[in-house]
Amino acid sequence: MNQQAVSRNGLDQRAEPLKLRSRPWAATLILIGGLIALALGIAVSVSFGAADIKLSVVWTAVFHFNPDITEHQIIRELRLPRVLGGVMVGASFAVAGAIMQGMTRNPLADSGLMGINSGAGFALAVCFAFFPNLSFMYLILYSFIGAGAGAGIVYGIGSLAKGGLTPARLVLAGAAFSALLSALSEGVALYFKIGQDLAFWYAGGLAGTKWFQLQVMSPWVIAAIIGAIVLSRSITMLSLGEDIARGLGQRTGLVKLAGALIVLILAGASVAVVGAVGFVGLIIPHLTRYLVGVDYRWIIPCSAVLGALLVVGADLTARMINPPHETPVGAIISLIGVPFFLYLARKERREL
Amino acid sequence: MQRTKVISFEEARRKHGLNVLGVLAALIVIMFIISVNTGYIRLTPLELLNTLFGKGTDKQELILFQFRLPRIVISILIGAALAVSGAVMQGVFRNDLADPGILGINAGAGLMVMLMVSFYPTTSAAPVYLLPVVAFVGAAFTAALIYSLAYKRHQGIAPIRLLLTGVAVAAGMSAAMIVLTLRLDPDKYQFVATWLAGSIWGTSWKFVLSLLPWIVILLPYVIYKARVMNVLNLGEQTATGLGAHVTREQFRLLAAAVGLAASSVAVSGGIGFVGLVGPHLARRLVGPKHQLMLPASALLGALLVITADTIGRRILQPSEIPTGIVVAVIGAPYFLYLLARTKS
Repeated sequence: MNQQAVSRNGLDQRAEPLKLRSRPWAATLILIGGLIALALGIAVSVSFGAADIKLSVVWTAVFHFNPDITEHQIIRELRLPRVLGGVMVGASFAVAGAIMQGMTRNPLADSGLMGINSGAGFALAVCFAFFPNLSFMYLILYSFIGAGAGAGIVYGIGSLAKGGLTPARLVLAGAAFSALLSALSEGVALYFKIGQDLAFWYAGGLAGTKWFQLQVMSPWVIAAIIGAIVLSRSITMLSLGEDIARGLGQRTGLVKLAGALIVLILAGASVAVVGAVGFVGLIIPHLTRYLVGVDYRWIIPCSAVLGALLVVGADLTARMINPPHETPVGAIISLIGVPFFLYLARKERREL
Repeated sequence: MQRTKVISFEEARRKHGLNVLGVLAALIVIMFIISVNTGYIRLTPLELLNTLFGKGTDKQELILFQFRLPRIVISILIGAALAVSGAVMQGVFRNDLADPGILGINAGAGLMVMLMVSFYPTTSAAPVYLLPVVAFVGAAFTAALIYSLAYKRHQGIAPIRLLLTGVAVAAGMSAAMIVLTLRLDPDKYQFVATWLAGSIWGTSWKFVLSLLPWIVILLPYVIYKARVMNVLNLGEQTATGLGAHVTREQFRLLAAAVGLAASSVAVSGGIGFVGLVGPHLARRLVGPKHQLMLPASALLGALLVITADTIGRRILQPSEIPTGIVVAVIGAPYFLYLLARTKS
């Protein structure tokens, strides 16, 4: 009896108009506050490091660049690309996670958990081994292909199962497939003696980010994020359930295809730059949904800002823990992400 | 009438099971011979026999007794240990996909071993006999952690929640390991990387000796408990009704499983999926009764690891692919196949 009442209540809530459960004012606040915090984070990140540089110097380095001053050089060539890479990668992973969670209605969806990151990683390991002189442009392209193949296989195996695709099953298929791909990547790395090149990359790091990487990556990422925002209304509908979306006149197949492409571009490009950083796409969309409600027109931009903030913050932490040594960003985010994942796995009642 | 029929069926099954065990043992012997012959320097079967009986040249004896034999013995031991460990975990948790690798227990053991190795100045200075003990501490701690995180009041341990918890804990442990590996000097780094990939690195008799006591004690203990495991398989309530001390037996069996997994991790790094594949194939071949299933798992696990090790050494002579990678390439697709087959 009691349970029935609860479920009916749940249905009632879902049937309520979207406006009631989204909080545009909270979202606006997050966007503005988040952007300010991000600007501050970027400033701190640029000025902090092995050589501490005053903020006023940072200002002149950016706006009145003088190549003769070493500090200007450090800022221009090392720190700026690094922090901008963090912004881009954080936004990408978070938006990719938000789209996946919305489209599949799977609370545990994340590019790291679903074989996308390891697929891209394996493609890159193969590239490093067989075509060491490949340009970054092609690296990104192969990384997309690897991401797509990884996601396709995990998703396919998950849906082959009797009883359909459950979140838990998707995570398990992702874990097993990632284990297989990392075994293969490790094999390639050991054989071609590129282990230590790949190791840092596997751990996830922003240290080596270069301007040309950003140049190659940014058009893709910006286009994909704009695409995600365009698609956001349809994703909100899909997140209500496929039947409802179809009932509202949506061509769900087309939306899913577009969403999947955007996810692959975002995750593939990010993995090519920082390596296998997981859990950003898991944590941020959940946090955002909690703060701004269920409307993806707000969730996607807010996720982008908060994701960027998380990665920039994690990178800053990674540099502060044990200077002058770097701690991989991926490890730092895992340390936040693992407890969060455990919490979600406990909370999820129906499926688990 | 009915009764005699049932007995004869059981009898037939037992006979069939014993035949399977015999075939598996024969296959291990065959793989053993192939494996002894695999390597940069080849020994003909005749030379092999001569060397075994002490009539080979010094060089042949060195290759056989100091390099190949210990390695093969270790493969057999850890294969058996990991498979039986997986069989026990699948039985105790009544979860088809349980395996010390997937549950994060290997990662926990590995983290402790790595901590210890990184504190010693050189890899050879680390006391070998302590490694399994250290690994056991890490594995036991991880098992306790996973158990308490997956446990919910009134619901106990839900199979899927246990697996998800294990996957997450394993991710946390690997993150910690990555942080540690990056601080190592290049020499140790190479060692740790190979070890983590599941290479059988302890290729000398002292590693066999450090592994042997664990396996000689725990393996027969678990097989001795086969009847208890049959009863546990009926479900907690039925088992309690039949007079089993469920919690106590579960605890003992799990401790044994953790010990088996940990001692293998200490010498072989993270070989995953053996604990998954072994018991499943065993169940298919000899049925679910643990008296036959456990020995069959042990033999299948040993066969899998010795085969993978031989393949790994053969593909890229004279360098080699770590056994763990070969096992993962065989085991992961099998896991995915099982996942697709089981109902939620």
